[in-house]
Amino acid sequence: MIRQISGSMILYYYFNIRLLIHMTLSINDVKQIADLAYIEISEEEANATLNQLSDIFKLIETMQAVDTSQVEPMSHAQDVVQRLRDDAVTESDQRDLCQSIAPQVENGLYLVPKVIE
Amino acid sequence: MQWEIVIGLEIHAQLSTQSKIFSGASIAYGAMPNTQACVVDLALPGVLPVLNRGAVERAIKFGLAIGATINSPSIFARKNYFYPDLPKGYQISQYELPIVEGGEVSIQIGESEKTIRLTRAHLEEDAGKSLHEDFHGMSGIDLNRAGTPLLEIVSEPDMRSSTEAVAYAKILHALVRWIGICDGNMQEGSFRCDANVSVRPRGSDKLGTRCEIKNLNSFRFLEKAIDFEVERQIELLEDGGMVRQETRLFDANKGETRTMRTKEDANDYRYFPDPDLLPVEIESDWIEQLRESLPELPHARRERYISNYGLSAYDASVLTSSREMADYFEAAAEQVPEQAKLCANWIMGEISARLKKEDMDIIDCPVGSTILVTLIKRVHDGTISGKAAKTVFESLWLGELKQDVDAIIESKGLKQISDDSAIEKLVDEVLVANAQQVADYRNGKEKAFNALVGQVMKATKGKANPAQVNAMLKKKLS
Repeated sequence: MIRQISGSMILYYYFNIRLLIHMTLSINDVKQIADLAYIEISEEEANATLNQLSDIFKLIETMQAVDTSQVEPMSHAQDVVQRLRDDAVTESDQRDLCQSIAPQVENGLYLVPKVIE
Repeated sequence: MQWEIVIGLEIHAQLSTQSKIFSGASIAYGAMPNTQACVVDLALPGVLPVLNRGAVERAIKFGLAIGATINSPSIFARKNYFYPDLPKGYQISQYELPIVEGGEVSIQIGESEKTIRLTRAHLEEDAGKSLHEDFHGMSGIDLNRAGTPLLEIVSEPDMRSSTEAVAYAKILHALVRWIGICDGNMQEGSFRCDANVSVRPRGSDKLGTRCEIKNLNSFRFLEKAIDFEVERQIELLEDGGMVRQETRLFDANKGETRTMRTKEDANDYRYFPDPDLLPVEIESDWIEQLRESLPELPHARRERYISNYGLSAYDASVLTSSREMADYFEAAAEQVPEQAKLCANWIMGEISARLKKEDMDIIDCPVGSTILVTLIKRVHDGTISGKAAKTVFESLWLGELKQDVDAIIESKGLKQISDDSAIEKLVDEVLVANAQQVADYRNGKEKAFNALVGQVMKATKGKANPAQVNAMLKKKLS
């Protein structure tokens, strides 16, 4: 199955393979990630991707070498806290407007390629 | 070999807010498809989530009710996976620093109590719904449910049987309704369970390979699914096989579980802190304010019923299985503290059976607690027998004679004969008519005495007080 996934989304995937950070990436890893992301990938593309990713991993390794044992992990880059909104319904029904840009709708539902496996 | 069963549960409780966890769309059940899916829920470009205070409050209340730690800061994470009912491509959930950590509840199995530890409870958003009926070979997506606030409550693997797992699920079900954070409607999916099940040789302290059974939406299914799964795993192991770590689905029609996905094709969710949401700081003032707002909790009431009213642990836990039932009991018991056990028996017996038969909740019980107390008093003061009380109860349930207990007793002629002279007359008559049995009793046949009591009761058409008849006969025969 092939799905449309943006380039940034793919990169974003690669950056988050935490388990692989300390390992050497193999061609099979690349293929499995592609598989999980429902991306069809050719042998050639897989090899090219493997090289690019390996470079990124080297960069990550360099950063990993910094001693951060005394540094408290940060969950956000800004030192501010979350604001909360009151629990109230503030949105009205905008279905027609939203569905006017959807490729396919029926009976109020958004239609997508069949996903049941 | 003797096997030990190890069970942990993950329960998703839908929080009873008005609006979604990160958007202002309504979460009311049963709306037309996608009419409650706003641009945030649809993940249109440029939208940002804003956290609902009501959802956070409910999570904190839950944490306080189970004696857990409330984490501050608490952070949200993205759980990445691809499915069309999740338009962002990730679910906003919590990974590190969940809002609630630790805590425990105690379950009652017969007369014994057991503590089940909780690992954590975290906030997350629900996904939408996919409909796979035929839309010209396509799937239909309804995103009304997307963004509905959920509290995922994770237990430690502390349960050792399906009975314990069901007892735990019921305790939590009662608790979330008791503190008003979830309506507990299992048909509508407001409270659903996943069960992690494994087995190991008895005495081993190493956990066996577990299977996770998804989406059990009734206590009966939970029990059946666990029982089937345990049986399956034991059979596998005894045949020299291995349990494969996998996610399984329970097929309610066949009463069995089957493979949904194995560990190999499990998603790697790549959790990481959601940059769209800042750390949530929960001030201690806020926590204290919420603590103040909590009602007296089920376990506190249970203890009070045991110590104040002398109820058994079992009775006390049944009566505190819902706040409505506990309120009903308490309203009755406060009026007749010395008859609290009788109140409990009526509520757990006659009233519960009748409510169940009519598929009603105790809050709608046509016989109010004050009327029940009047009925109990009439039994206690000897006006009517326990058996006659059931007839009166039926009348009360049907609303006869304006639910006037005394008028009903009168009109049905249920009053016991407690007038000594009237009973004495009947006893004398019976003794004369049953000379043989009198002789037998005097010759040491205890059974003959019971026969004589029966004769007197029959002569009074069951309206005499048996204790009084007993005493009278004993006196006459001595």
